[in-house]
Parts: sequence; C-alpha cells; structure tokens
Amino acid sequence: MGEEVGGAAGGGAAGEGGNDLDFEGWTCPAPLRNTPTVVMGHGGGGAMSAELVESLFLPAYGGAARAELGDAAVLPPVAGRLAFSTDSYVVKPMFFPGGSIGDLAVNGTVNDLAMAGAQPLYLSTAYILAEGTAISDIGRVATAVGKAAEQAGVQLVTGDTKVVDHGSGDGIYVNTAGVGVIPDGVVIGPERARPGDVVLVSGAIGLHGVAVMSCREGLEFSTPVESDSAPLHGLVADMLATGVDVHVLRDPTRGGLSASLNEIARGSGVGVDLVERDLPIPEEVRDACGLLGLDPLQVANEGKLVAMVPADGADAVLEAMRAHPFGAGACRIGTVVEDHPRMVVARTGLGGTRVIDLPIGEQLPRIC
Amino acid sequence: MKYLDEFSNPDLARRLLDQIHAVTTRPWAMMEVCGGQTHSIIRHGIDQLLPEGVEMIHGPGCPVCVTPLETIDRALAIARRPDVIFCSFGDMLRVPGSHDDLFTVKSEGGDVRVVYSPLDALQVARDNPDKQVVFFGIGFETTAPANAMTVHQARQQGIPNFSLLVSHVLVPPAIAAIMESPTCRVQAFLAAGHVCSVMGTSEYPPLAEKYGVPIVVTGFEPLDILEGIRKTVVQLEEGRHELENAYPRAVPAEGNPAAVAMLRDVFEVTDRTWRGIGMIPGSGWRLSSRYADFDAELRFEVTDIQTDESPLCRSGEVLQGLIKPHECSAFGKECTPRNPLGATMVSSEGACAAYYAYRRLDLVSAGGA
Amino acid sequence: MCLAVPGRVVEVFDESGTTMAQVDFGGVRKKVCLAYLPETGVDEYVIVHVGFAIQRLDEESAKETLATFERLGILEEEFGDGFEAAAREKGVQL
Repeated sequence: MGEEVGGAAGGGAAGEGGNDLDFEGWTCPAPLRNTPTVVMGHGGGGAMSAELVESLFLPAYGGAARAELGDAAVLPPVAGRLAFSTDSYVVKPMFFPGGSIGDLAVNGTVNDLAMAGAQPLYLSTAYILAEGTAISDIGRVATAVGKAAEQAGVQLVTGDTKVVDHGSGDGIYVNTAGVGVIPDGVVIGPERARPGDVVLVSGAIGLHGVAVMSCREGLEFSTPVESDSAPLHGLVADMLATGVDVHVLRDPTRGGLSASLNEIARGSGVGVDLVERDLPIPEEVRDACGLLGLDPLQVANEGKLVAMVPADGADAVLEAMRAHPFGAGACRIGTVVEDHPRMVVARTGLGGTRVIDLPIGEQLPRIC
Repeated sequence: MKYLDEFSNPDLARRLLDQIHAVTTRPWAMMEVCGGQTHSIIRHGIDQLLPEGVEMIHGPGCPVCVTPLETIDRALAIARRPDVIFCSFGDMLRVPGSHDDLFTVKSEGGDVRVVYSPLDALQVARDNPDKQVVFFGIGFETTAPANAMTVHQARQQGIPNFSLLVSHVLVPPAIAAIMESPTCRVQAFLAAGHVCSVMGTSEYPPLAEKYGVPIVVTGFEPLDILEGIRKTVVQLEEGRHELENAYPRAVPAEGNPAAVAMLRDVFEVTDRTWRGIGMIPGSGWRLSSRYADFDAELRFEVTDIQTDESPLCRSGEVLQGLIKPHECSAFGKECTPRNPLGATMVSSEGACAAYYAYRRLDLVSAGGA
Repeated sequence: MCLAVPGRVVEVFDESGTTMAQVDFGGVRKKVCLAYLPETGVDEYVIVHVGFAIQRLDEESAKETLATFERLGILEEEFGDGFEAAAREKGVQL
C-alpha cells in the first residue's frame, strides 16, 4: 500500500520502504489534502481516515506493518501458551531526550510481554488524536513506532484511529496491545519470589523519568540523561537460556524500582532487603533528583528489568545479562528475606535502615 | 554532586558518630527545627545510630505543614476561579484543606500548575495576559527571597495579571514560642542552615542567651547533621549555651545582605497562625503596603472561609515535639500519606510522613502501627 | 524546609535587567537567578533554592570542615579506638 502512495505524493518526503522517512520538517503528501493539522474528519472512518492510514501510518511503519492493517488481524497458530498485554501511553511531552511516545508504546508493551517470559509476536496500535495536532507530529510518532517494532522484531497487525475535539485530548495518545508466546517450562510471576533469592537489576535506573522531566513545562533543565527506552525480550531470552529458574521479572516503569519491588514483596508475601550503595543510580540522575527533591527509586525506567533468581543461579544469570547490550550494567542490589514480609527495606550508606515505600501518586518537585 | 557526596562519606560519618558516643554521658533532647533535616535524619537512619538517650525532637520547620488551614482554603477558592491560573510548588498540591486539596481542584477543571521556581509562574503570567496568575508563596526565610524578587519584578516589568498569595513563616519567633511552651522538653536546637544562609546568624545569640539553650547552625547532608549534633552535645555536656556554626561553608555570619534588603522592601512582619500550633506573634511575613497591588488576598476577596480541621489529627503536638508521630492514634490507620488528615502526613518533610515512609519497620517490630 | 543544592556557575548573563546564570549540578544544568549574588564569577559554587542562588559556597571552608572530620579519625588512630568499642558495647551498629 505504501507504494500506491509513493506515486501520488506531491512534494512529500515519503520514500521507499517508509522507515527512512524524515518527519523533521515533514510535509503532508497530496492525498492528505494538505491539512497541516488533524481535523475531526481524520477519525470519521471515511476517506480521510483511509488516507491517514495509507499515506501516513503505513509508510511510516514500513516493514513492521502487515500490509492489510485491517480491523481484525488473522494470525497463524502458535506453539505454546499465549501472553497478552495492553497499555496506553499518554506521556507528556510526546518527544523527549532519547525517545518519544512512539517507541515507548512499542517497547512498553513488548516489555510487559517479556516480563512474563514471552517472545512478543504481534502488536496492535490505536491512536486517539486531539483535533489540531500537527500531522507532522503524528508522522514522527508513527515513524518511531515503526522503527521500534522493527528493532523489537514484532509485527504491527491491526490498528485504529480516533479524533477527539480540541481540548478533550492532548496531542497524541497511543494504545498498544500485544501477543507473545511463552516457551514451555517457563513460569515467571510476581508471586514466585522466595526468601534467599537474589535481586538483580539490568542497569542504571532513573534515566527515563529524568529525561522526561527535563523537558516538562515549568521544570526545563538540561541534562545529558536520555530515556533508556528499549525492548527487553532479547535480554530475557538470554537470561532464560542459562537454564536457571528465574522466579520473577518486572520492568520498573511508573513508580520506579520502589513500586516494582513493593508489588513483588506483596505478591509473594516476602520481604526485600536492598543495599543502598549497590543501587546503580547514575550521578546525573542523582543530581537531577536532588535538584527537584525526587527519590531516584521512584523515577520511571523504560528499558530496565528487575529479577528475582535463586542464589545459586544468580552469577550465571548476571553473566548472561552483562553479555547483552541492554544488560551491560546489570548488578545485584539485594536479597529476598523472610523478615518484614510485604515490605522493602534498604540499608542506608551510614548503616541505618529505611523502608522503601510504594509511591503514592505522581512525583512532584518539592521545595522541602 | 560536588559538595554533597563528600558530606555523605560513611567513613567520616562513623568517626563523627564515634565522637558523639564518646562525649555523651547523659540523655539529651534536641530539636532539629527544619523539616529538611528531619527528612535527612530519618532517610539516612541517623537517629538509629545515636547514643541511647540522645533524642531528636522533630520541629515545626516544614512550611507545607504549618501553612494555616485558612490559607489553604483560600488558595483552593482562588484556584477554582475560571479566570485564574494557580501556580504552586509541587509539595502543596496534596495538602488537605478543610474539604479537599489542589489536586481535586485541578481534577475539577481548575488550572493548577506545578512550577519549580516562582519566576516560572511570572513567565506563565507573561504568556497568559488574559488570565490572572497567582503564585502560592509559602516557605521560611530561605524561600522568601525568591518570592520577593518575583513580585518585585512583576511590579518593575508591569505584569498586572500576576499576584502572590503569601504565607511566609519565620524561624526565630518559632524557637521562642517553643521555649515559652510550658511543656517544652527541648534542651538545644539545630538551627536551619539555609535559613541562616539568607538571614545570617545575628538573631540567634539573644535566643541562646535568653533561654539558656545551645543553638548550632546545621546543614543537611549526613555529615553536616552529625557535626551539628556533635557540637550540640559538646555544649550541653560542658554546660554552655552559645550560637555555633556547624555549616560555615554556606552560612556567613551576615547572611546574604542583598536578599535581606529585598525582603525588608517587599515584606513586613505580621502575626501568623501556624497550622496545628496556633498564632505566634511576629512570626510571619506579608506583602508590605508598597506591594499591596500584588497581594492575591486583596485582589480576590475570598470570604466565607469556614475552616474544619480533622478532630483526630494531633499534628500540632507532633510539630511542637510533644509526641512522636506514631503516638497519634490515627497514625497509619485513619491517617496515611494517601489519605492524610493533617499536613505533617503530606510533605516528605513532615515528621508523620517521614515516619510513615521510612520507619514503619521499627514500628512493626515494636508491635506498633 | 529548604531543599537547596550546590552547583557551579558556568555562565553569567543579563535577562531583562536581572543577573541570571547557568548553573551546573554535576551535569544537570538549570537557569538560576543570580540577582542576590551579582558578584559571583564563573566556576564559583552557589547554593540554589527554587531557582535562586541564595549564598556562595565557600570552598575553602568546605575543605577545612572535611579536613577537621578527617583529623577526628587520625586522633582516634593515635589514641586507639576506644570510642568505637564503647559504642559497640552499647549495642550500637555503626
């Protein structure tokens, strides 16, 4: 379908294969009637909707899209248990250092599947666009979706677009749902942490949250920190290939490491002991959090995982993680204990202890 | 970060702790006035490492916690107005008013924005000339210069749609009020370092003299706090009561004269009610008459404020150091950070929130909450 | 009350009549109002609270303070570590 558009493009940047599109300074190909912004008609299901799909989404997705991109994707049978996940993405701003809402929407759902031990296969993409959103922004987001899907090796098989009144939404919201297949014998879940397990994290924490906050209205600061957005199923596959019985996997996104560890502690009815000085918090993250009064443990990550593995297999898993590009900074940060069930406790640098609590809501910069 | 990491060094912390243990012969009760220090003490577990008997009483120095209920209610009423963009530090959004908080107002369509600096709110005013932009100017002496400069610039640059809802509080009158209280157990004070960075130290020797208490200007990193405690214990053991500066890298005796001059121009001293504590004479700043045009209280006549504090909340006693947070019957039950009855459970500087966040382990093992 | 952090001034400039600075907090940079410390030069450290430099950080004093803490340890080594033993006796975990 992308090819049909190529012939009709009038001065657009649409190239062969779609994924090389440059949406910086992008102008709309002819069939989009040269509206520079989204109008209600783009979500009406008529000709304008079709044009948006054929002239924007399909070329932007490139090789990652199934040609039909219809209402229902008909897929071949798979061997094994299915993992199925959905997530909506409303990040503000849509573009931030190291990524955009587009790659988050792919990697986030891919990672949710990966944390169940699944190999992700197919994704749906659904957009809710606010009237007045620049078509070029949608182009940039869709291109990012296509690139991320290609990198993750998942196919974009079905989708939807709706437009809401100006003021009802905010730019671009994306929902992705994904399906993956879990290899036989793999059982991973938040209820499987056992006392004695070692807690591993795949690398530096706090990067995504700090990158997003650095360009949030009212907070702007400059930082070398970029979002860590990345698909983690390859890393998970390498960890599982060690043969070690990985008990729990979790991607510490919203709420950061605090939220993930608390959820696991509650899910498994165990305590978690952390050693504060072993936490891989980059100096830039620590400093940005210091400036804003935030706790790095509560800041979001989009390309990290935390794992609970039996002590006798921890070294093997750690080695496998470090050999993978997305796990190069992997390290041990604590242990699962019988004491203080359902609570996460850190030993402070000075030798005291503190409870690491489940964050309440949104992290807000504070003066105190 | 340079000048932060060095002052968290565990080896040096241990040396300071050794010293504190070595010089302590008796129980002592000292108050860290500032909520930032409370947070740091609990966050790093410093109180767990002190000699038995050396007790840290957590003071009222959390501006979010002590901002009077009436002012919060007034802020909520102003923020609800459709012509207003209400800007605030992030801390204030969850502070409970009589019935709800700024988050609720936002969810109901109020334009409530979190800013990092009051200057950001002034920019919002420039960008939205058809809206009234109000900044919630709370804080101690540390924060007041920022708010003063902002309102000064608003006047100088002629930004008529900006105004400030002011509720500033001052440390020295609070120290005096605590010492005057008949139930006072405080034998010494760690004074708030960054307050003194602005104001200097001249207000404190008369207080040390009058009440016979050591006052040690103290910073916020673990080593700073330990050094403040060490100097305090040494004074107590030796029977001295003087002003000492344990934070000289950030506190010159004269403070910041340019900031003080601006404060004198923009603000004037007023009586101020501290939430949970009551009225302390001369303990606040309000906009001086020269800046009355920028006073949100005058610009938006918000009347009919009927305040309604939770009868269960004992934050006043916590703020005065009379009880520890977990001694309140609502602690961890009716009152949690998710559903706070009082402001001390909201701010991460508030003693109740700090105890809830970091100390439930001890409380659980002690059979408490 | 007062979350204030030290940072290094990397650039001083004027913005509509107000002295402002770019301040580096270990890689994180933020625009800060320098009006209360207008004499501050590039590479000096200032203490920043809600976007305002409220005080200069006296680097000499910082070094002296740290040196004092270091000497506490040396004294101990010379005179033996009796304090620590006493602390341990009390069951305090250091």
